[in-house]
Amino acid sequence: MAGALLEVQGIVKRFGGFTALNGVTLHVKAGERFGLIGPNGSGKTTLINCISGALAGYAGRIVFDGGDITTLPAHRRTRLGIVRSFQIPKPFTSMTLQENLDIPLEYAARERSRDAAADAAAILDSIGLGAKAHLKPAGLTQIEMRKLELARALAARPKLLISDEAMAGLSSAEVDDILAILFRLNEQGITIIMIEHIMRAVMRFCERIAVLDAGQLIAEGTPEEIVRNHAVEKAYLGE
Amino acid sequence: MARTVPALIVGLLVVAAGIGLVTLRVNPYLYFAGYVILQYVVIATAWNILGGYAGYVNFGTPAFFAMGAYTSVFLIQSTRAPLPVLILAGGLVSALLGLGIGYLTLRLRGVFFSIATLALSIVLQTMIMNWEYVGGSRGLSVIRPSGPPFGNYVMFLFTVMVTLAVIAVVTARFIERSWVGRGLAALRDNEEAAECMGVPTLRLKLFATTISGFLLGVAGAPFPYYVTFVEPNSAFNLDYAVNALAMPMIGGTTSWVGPVIGAVLLGSAQQLATVTISSEMNLFIVGIVLVAFVVLAPEGLLGLVRRLRGR
Repeated sequence: MAGALLEVQGIVKRFGGFTALNGVTLHVKAGERFGLIGPNGSGKTTLINCISGALAGYAGRIVFDGGDITTLPAHRRTRLGIVRSFQIPKPFTSMTLQENLDIPLEYAARERSRDAAADAAAILDSIGLGAKAHLKPAGLTQIEMRKLELARALAARPKLLISDEAMAGLSSAEVDDILAILFRLNEQGITIIMIEHIMRAVMRFCERIAVLDAGQLIAEGTPEEIVRNHAVEKAYLGE
Repeated sequence: MARTVPALIVGLLVVAAGIGLVTLRVNPYLYFAGYVILQYVVIATAWNILGGYAGYVNFGTPAFFAMGAYTSVFLIQSTRAPLPVLILAGGLVSALLGLGIGYLTLRLRGVFFSIATLALSIVLQTMIMNWEYVGGSRGLSVIRPSGPPFGNYVMFLFTVMVTLAVIAVVTARFIERSWVGRGLAALRDNEEAAECMGVPTLRLKLFATTISGFLLGVAGAPFPYYVTFVEPNSAFNLDYAVNALAMPMIGGTTSWVGPVIGAVLLGSAQQLATVTISSEMNLFIVGIVLVAFVVLAPEGLLGLVRRLRGR
């Protein structure tokens, strides 16, 4: 598909006898703000794990930036520009925030240590954690932890940022805070896939939304189309 | 890189001091005991590359140590190869074993990895016990080569172990401060996050298990000439597993200094206890000290110092 940054073709992922994803096909255009929603257990995180490479052993094909990445390990995909944040923040606990960012800067963006120090500081500043650069993650609040997840993902210099429930459990003002950051990143040219349960955020942020239910894609379209879609309503609320 | 040169110089000075110590010809027992302490410096440092830096706790230290020792026994039996060859060969065989357990980390993490390494040690011990050529379960006497380059043979082995200890410590220090060390620290903190941040976790783990295995094998290779009688129960002794873990824990696992401090302190205490109280007191001391540290200073002496300074 022309202009697609990411193409997911017929992904099937089984865990034993359970089919978590059953032939999911979708594409994300370069520069797009793409939303992925669905009820709990519908396969959103499994799909993200397949795209980021955290899970192997699925059928189907994934193409990123014109190259087939189906068989690449996760760290290689990160280097190509697919970077994710985790639903439950997973900081490097023995390191300061600055050092947390040094890892992706060194390993994913392949920057030399001297530039990396300045870049890590710049990223932390831009996301509002500059003052805490030399603290360890243990002392951070929930929202700061989420911001660290984003900052660390940014340090990997993503082309495609996958934000896995970065706003779950945050207050309304904090959600706006994270949304503002994501909007700004998108303006800088980063394509974003947002997985979120907070519909207010998804509807405001996304240009196009895909809906998963029981491992299958049941709808795809603009936020307006999704809101009016009968199948989506059924998946969330039942008949 | 600039800080590596001074480290090498310090290392060479330590080796020189070791050789100088031999020329003093003090009580020969000191060399005998010193050898064991230095051997533990190598073992603790090697263990820490995997256990401390990467966070994979290896209970199979005896397997790697004994593979080094039994590679030597095999080569002495078959070709009477010179000591440097024995050390290199012992290291390589254990490095290969390390590479093998590296692939285990694909499926086994945490305590399950530890159990697997312990099982590995038992399996290998059983195999050696049934291999007559290297002495089987009865063991084998090894005759030292005549005429060491200087002093008596124990003094010579002492300087060899000084050199090996320096090599091990310099290697560990280099790894710790390189990009490899930073990547290992990331995967120790969170392997999934590290991989997603571009760290090639499998490759780094294989590197750590291989280097760690190599150095453990190196520590074991001169063992047959040191004890002159090798049998499976002493080569596969559980003491090695316990000490390899206890020494870095006591010193501090996140820095190369930790295992060195731990090995010198605990190793010396054990040697002292062996002479003054009884040889059975060794593990008792380790047990008490380890429990005390886990409770009172979980980050070892280094962590304790850092904490006291921070206040």
